[in-house]
Amino acid sequence: MYEILDKISINKDVDVMVIHAPLVAKNALPGHFIILRVNEEGERIPLTIVEVKGENVTIIYQKLGYSTMLLGSYQIGDKLNDFVGPLGNAAHIRDSKHVLGVAGGVGAAPLLPQLKEYSKRGAKVDLVIGARNSDHIILVDKYKEFCDNIYITTDDGSLGVHGLVTDVLKDLYLTKAYDHVIAIGPLVMMKYVVEMNKKRNIKTDVSLNPIMIDGTGMCGNCRVSINGKTFFACVDGPDFEGEGVNFDELIARQSYYKEEEHDCKLKMVKK
Amino acid sequence: MKTPRTKMRVQDSDTRKTNFDEVALGFSLEEVKIEARRCLDCKNPRCVEACPVHVDIPGFIKLLIQDKPNEAYDKIYEDNILPSICGRVCPQEKQCEGACILNIKGDSVSIGALERYVGDEALKHNIVHQETIIENHIKIGIIGSGPAGLACAAGMRRKGYHVEIFEALHEFGGVLQYGIPDFRLPKTTVQTEIDRLENIGVIFKKNIIIGKSITIDQLLEDGYKALFIASGAGLPSALNIPGENFSGVYYANEFLTRVNLMKARNFPSSPTPVKIGNNVAVVGGGNVAMDAARTAKRLGAKNVFILYRRDQDSLPARLEEVEHAIDEGIDLRLLRNPVAFFGENYVLKQVKVEIMELGQLDASGRRRPVPTGKYEIIDLDSCIISIGQSPNPLLKQTTKGLEVNKWGGIVTKNHQTSIPGIFAGGDVVSGAATVILAMGAGKDASVEMDLYLRNKGVLS
Repeated sequence: MYEILDKISINKDVDVMVIHAPLVAKNALPGHFIILRVNEEGERIPLTIVEVKGENVTIIYQKLGYSTMLLGSYQIGDKLNDFVGPLGNAAHIRDSKHVLGVAGGVGAAPLLPQLKEYSKRGAKVDLVIGARNSDHIILVDKYKEFCDNIYITTDDGSLGVHGLVTDVLKDLYLTKAYDHVIAIGPLVMMKYVVEMNKKRNIKTDVSLNPIMIDGTGMCGNCRVSINGKTFFACVDGPDFEGEGVNFDELIARQSYYKEEEHDCKLKMVKK
Repeated sequence: MKTPRTKMRVQDSDTRKTNFDEVALGFSLEEVKIEARRCLDCKNPRCVEACPVHVDIPGFIKLLIQDKPNEAYDKIYEDNILPSICGRVCPQEKQCEGACILNIKGDSVSIGALERYVGDEALKHNIVHQETIIENHIKIGIIGSGPAGLACAAGMRRKGYHVEIFEALHEFGGVLQYGIPDFRLPKTTVQTEIDRLENIGVIFKKNIIIGKSITIDQLLEDGYKALFIASGAGLPSALNIPGENFSGVYYANEFLTRVNLMKARNFPSSPTPVKIGNNVAVVGGGNVAMDAARTAKRLGAKNVFILYRRDQDSLPARLEEVEHAIDEGIDLRLLRNPVAFFGENYVLKQVKVEIMELGQLDASGRRRPVPTGKYEIIDLDSCIISIGQSPNPLLKQTTKGLEVNKWGGIVTKNHQTSIPGIFAGGDVVSGAATVILAMGAGKDASVEMDLYLRNKGVLS
């Protein structure tokens, strides 16, 4: 069992949780993820490792469906049934001098350790961060510690630019040049950022989070087509060069269980 | 007149299509007696030779005739620690029963059923093989808790070693847990057999991925004197045809893992779902394909059919499973080879199959399927691809100096890998095979590992 050592709510949907998991912490690097099960019947939920300190691992999750809502009902001192990792490949840190991070919603969590690593290696780092509204703009204080410029945008205009991350990018590219871009957020966001950057010949790294079961390369649920070839996000990724990713196929795969997820969530709401 | 082979009673096919309870019901004591007496107690028993772990078959059968089921269990346990499991899932017709002298007339002794009876009685009455383990305090690690890992663990533990098994998933048993469905191998049987190993002092550790959570080098630094890699063959083989990544196209691993390990058949009381619809095709002809097809039927699919590129005689699945599948209404569409999936908005709608015919014998001794240029299009809600698995690549990727062949199988000599002190066996070496072959490899590897540690002077 894996004890919850700390838990802070960032907003009504998103929590930060610190879990005692020495064997995950031991070899974890930026870009790695974990899979957890809340209780004995639990689903296996993949989440990116946001931070590692000693034997403790920090995760950030959005309470969207049954299992993440259940996770959110757990408190400091409670124990999670299963917590395994580090999974996936560590992020491929390029030799770039000027990097732009693009975060959408809770994608700000997996982006944080990667951008921080670039900064640590001496790159200049800017960030475009977007969300539904001001409540969902998260981790800005953490980013401020190492980012040179932070551009905020919200769908409803409650904070920063009224619009989408791509609106900000369009303006930004008029005056600034970046060696490459790392975009992490909803699939639709990553799709449009990649399309936009392709036209400008800017490379985009993306981090994919498709549905996974085992997370060790066995089930194939997380497969993704890249330039017509199949990859498993769990063992070949989760980070990929965005240009070749078939986002439309991935969006379809991601939503295949939507009805079932809804039915299951009702069970939680009723509780 | 000679007594004919006793057939095992099964759950009625109409009832069992709607539940996940075990299909084959086992022998009663009377049936055991009748069947045991059919054994000719051959001087040179061909059955023992054909058994991958060389169980003394006439020996345990004789004890059954003498009303000594506990001693029969001891006799089997000497060579096979998992009789309840092997009695159920071994391809007996290709091994012991295939070699049985009575099989010349197609009437072999039901050895598997007898073995199952012995194992089940021991589990039911909690009969434990009495043995004293003399501790030598030498620590060894086993990577993977499937049949190969369990067999090696048992072998090493009984020699006095401190044995720890590392499992990546949240349940122990490997393919016995995530792969083989309850109607063929009840999970309670698997759990009880694992409990027995725990009782003799084998330490089970879950949620640890060797190569990720801890590397092989780190284990050696931590004082493990030898390791046995038994991480299995879990990487699904692909058809490599258009549309394979549409939603609704599963690899058998995903489908079976959802249903068995994640208990999706209890959705929504279990939160992991599985969706299959009414028309389900399963591609392949092995045990996994049969398991997937019969599972789909039990989940409520109306039409389940198997697409197989050869003929019925070439099906690699256990004979009993094929018969059970047909009884349950699984439609075998033979000499059919999928060439493309068609979908709408990336969701599967149809499969296009090429009709095959049989040509010359190939290397496997079966007639080769030859394309005819004629095609069929079949409407589908889902398709489960079950054409084999290759060894898990994770350890190869994370362990420097670990030699593998071009199929990704770990290269071994006397169960030793290219790294001294690291042994390997089971599907990760052979590619996807059977439970009993993996157990045989695990058992043999434990002998080699013990010898290695003695020669090295770790154990004097």
